[in-house]
Amino acid sequence: MRYLPHSDADRRSMLAEIGVKSVDDLFADVPSSVRLSELPDLAHHTSEMGVERIVSDMAKKNLSAEDAPFFVGGGAYHHHVPSSVDHIIQRSEFLTSYTPYQPEVSQGTLQYLYEFQSQVAMLTGMEIANASMYDGSTATAEAVLMAHRLTRREKAVVSGGLHPQYTEVLRTIAKYSETALNELAPGPQLAATIIDAIDDETSCVVVQNPDFFGGIHDLQDIADAAHAKGALMIVVVTEIISLGAMRSPGEMGADIVVGEGQSLGNGLNFGGPYVGLLATRKKFLRQMPGRVSGQTVDQNGQRGFVLTLSAREQHIRREKATSNICTNSGLCSLAFTIHLTLLGEKGLRKLARINHTRAVKLATRLAEIEGVDLVTDRYFNEFTISVPKDAGQVINKLADQGILAGLAVSRLLPDHAQFKNLIVLAVTETVSDGDMDRLCAGLEGVLS
Amino acid sequence: MMNREGRPTTPKVSGEFARDTFTGNKGLQAEEALIFELGSIDQCGVDFDDFDDQPDGNLGELARSAPIGLPGLSEPEVMRHYVRLSKMNYSIDAGIYPLGSCTMKHNPRLNEKLARLPGFAALHPLQPEQTVQGALELMETLSHWLMEITGMPGVTLSPKAGAHGELCGMIAIKAALEARGEGARSVIVVPESAHGTNPATAALLGYKVRSVASGDDGLMSVEAVKAALDDDVAGIMLTNPNTCGLFEPEIVEIAEAVHKAGAYFYCDGANLNAIAGRVRPGDLGIDAMHINLHKTFSTPHGGGGPGSGPVVFSEALAPFAPYPAVKRDGDILRLDEGHGAQGLKADAFGRLTAFHGQMGMFVRALSYMLSHGIDGIRQASEDAVLNANYMRVRLRDVLNQPFGDKICMHEVLFDDSSLKDSDASTLDVAKALIDEGFHPMTVYFPLVAHGAMLIEPTESESRATLDQFIDTLRDICERASGDGAAELQAAPIHTPRRRLDETLAARKPVLRWVGDEREALAAE
Repeated sequence: MRYLPHSDADRRSMLAEIGVKSVDDLFADVPSSVRLSELPDLAHHTSEMGVERIVSDMAKKNLSAEDAPFFVGGGAYHHHVPSSVDHIIQRSEFLTSYTPYQPEVSQGTLQYLYEFQSQVAMLTGMEIANASMYDGSTATAEAVLMAHRLTRREKAVVSGGLHPQYTEVLRTIAKYSETALNELAPGPQLAATIIDAIDDETSCVVVQNPDFFGGIHDLQDIADAAHAKGALMIVVVTEIISLGAMRSPGEMGADIVVGEGQSLGNGLNFGGPYVGLLATRKKFLRQMPGRVSGQTVDQNGQRGFVLTLSAREQHIRREKATSNICTNSGLCSLAFTIHLTLLGEKGLRKLARINHTRAVKLATRLAEIEGVDLVTDRYFNEFTISVPKDAGQVINKLADQGILAGLAVSRLLPDHAQFKNLIVLAVTETVSDGDMDRLCAGLEGVLS
Repeated sequence: MMNREGRPTTPKVSGEFARDTFTGNKGLQAEEALIFELGSIDQCGVDFDDFDDQPDGNLGELARSAPIGLPGLSEPEVMRHYVRLSKMNYSIDAGIYPLGSCTMKHNPRLNEKLARLPGFAALHPLQPEQTVQGALELMETLSHWLMEITGMPGVTLSPKAGAHGELCGMIAIKAALEARGEGARSVIVVPESAHGTNPATAALLGYKVRSVASGDDGLMSVEAVKAALDDDVAGIMLTNPNTCGLFEPEIVEIAEAVHKAGAYFYCDGANLNAIAGRVRPGDLGIDAMHINLHKTFSTPHGGGGPGSGPVVFSEALAPFAPYPAVKRDGDILRLDEGHGAQGLKADAFGRLTAFHGQMGMFVRALSYMLSHGIDGIRQASEDAVLNANYMRVRLRDVLNQPFGDKICMHEVLFDDSSLKDSDASTLDVAKALIDEGFHPMTVYFPLVAHGAMLIEPTESESRATLDQFIDTLRDICERASGDGAAELQAAPIHTPRRRLDETLAARKPVLRWVGDEREALAAE
């Protein structure tokens, strides 16, 4: 077996040194009734070439975003990632290191985490950020629990514009942590409805910008209404590139900003691994979940970094910790920070501009098709259209033609008849004019 | 033409000339500033195609006006920054990384290659099912392997890491209790030696944690568990092999007692790598267990993540597993996302995360499994246990085993009692190992051993590497007991940074760049 260094002779001599006759003696504490007498019925070892063949065959059965005109968004976005990002994250010292518990031999990880935290705080308009969460949806759940602790209340108001699967995650956590959730009816985010739902028991309002349907919003009125009742505003950002073009959540009164950072540095990967972002105000630091890297000095007085404030965390505080999170998304946060450092402010703004411009172009073209209406009036790079047929069937027919035309809202919200004809489309810098031509022609064909 | 003598091949001067360098660099080891000190707001390392810009788009007053302050760097500067940072990190590729309970084993590069195939890496989680059949097939195959290896009839792949898997398993327990009208059970029994995530997970779900002590032998006795069980207990969370590196010999009786009390048995599967292929957790009476794909099945730890924590379930809990789930419908694979008529899982407790879990990790883990095969997986478990016991017998005369000298599983636990007459501590031993070029073992965990040193060599290490580590640790122990303690307390001295002031970091938290970045960047 190519990954195991011992020869049988090594094993024999080591067993002799240990003072046992056979390897079975090392498992003597296992009750004899449960020792496996034969191997489970699974394949035996395979050559590298053999494994490559098996797994590649599975990959070939999928239609990748690189091989189709591609317009699917809904919380995960197909962006171009510079080659240097993937090269750097595959360096042994990043890929095959552990959590930086021994800071003297982990300054590389600790420094990039500090840089990552700084970038996330700047981008979201907040004062501090942690060193990453699993993904946007779980970060949202953590933010709600954090708001409960900060306000000593237990009810969250959730916008109907939140990604439906994020709402499902909040529902699960609320149900089993025995806290309350006021889920507003799904649909494009409406400030008035959200404001009406805030009461004296509300710990936080959870809003998304751009919302799940692509609409963009000024959140200041919601923030003011929440703050007037002693509640916090949590802003969810699933398309982080939008912050290159739009006012930050911090500027609009957010108390906690959570995000899905996948768009920077990370591929679609069929849903994971991604990188959850969590940023907040400095005064809420002690209730922030997750690891954080902090600046300090070494005994020679040189600047260095350590994991800090671990008195919040499970390995120190156990059942009194702010969260049970341990492993986070280290390597994905590295990809995020490299990509953002390549872009810089100038590049991020330009990238956002390209995304927005391309989206405006496609929305304008689609609205000219007979029977298609643009539902979202203000958007960043994602918007919703209505079509005169069942949206799920339209998407499937276009997929059969090799066009991944977007997301039928009914895929995530099947029980709501009013969404039956809605498609959410995302347009990134990867979409060419030719892709738009194919989509428009395909859609006209399917609708005619 | 070269001159007659060529370049000198022996140094002309000998002796010590240690002094600070002008740059602060030490040969191959370079100092590296922060991106905020290196970059500028006007620099960009990405070129874009021309595009027909619309002056205003439709963002209106939502358009960003304030500067962000983000520095950019050109591509060569970016390469250099991160390569220099990387050189300040230890890694499993560079040497043994014997962190007990963390399982730092070799990360095959084949798995990286396969996870990057566009058919997986550029696949969107919400594409139509007919365009992702290969991805669903991979998930189905991985599920099959996990169920067969563990002997458990149910599995969910969606948890994002080990602690997320714990949450998943414990929610399933809570849902099952509620389904049979026993939702009032409010206590989870957790051994003192447990990972901190166990009590933290229980508390997140509103459970009270009842702590039980292990015996003097480091093991959980069925009597101690029985004494902690009553009608209030919802479940027990036990790690097996436990965090002291020992297999719990009474585990079958413990499972019976837990079930008899009407509670469920959650097993922390962090240490599955000791027994995979030799023991099936399903045969032990376990109801739910997470599997850290980043431990047992070698997906890279990546400096702290991402992980992946699929959970296997018993018959009793399988119906409560969350969605999504992959279901076979003849030749077609479907994703059950819990909706309406397509939703096949009426008892599913809900959704734990957006999308379907850590697909990138699934590809790597399955590649690892296929490469080893079940025979190789068993051999890997045996070699891991062999290596830990080899460490044990070769170190037992210089370090004390808190629970007596006995066979361990994949990791061996020592305490600091052999240091009691020395000024050096467990921490000093760890830092001295760093100077010798090794990553230390896990220290001060588990809490049940004073000044714990938990060593997990894994199956990836050759005997020569083990010997080198052992000889080094023996030498450090000798120095600690002699007059070398002060030297150990000063360690490490050969690292990019000496010991760091953690008290300062916590007392005056500096968690982001605090320079006048906007002014500084604007001035450039």
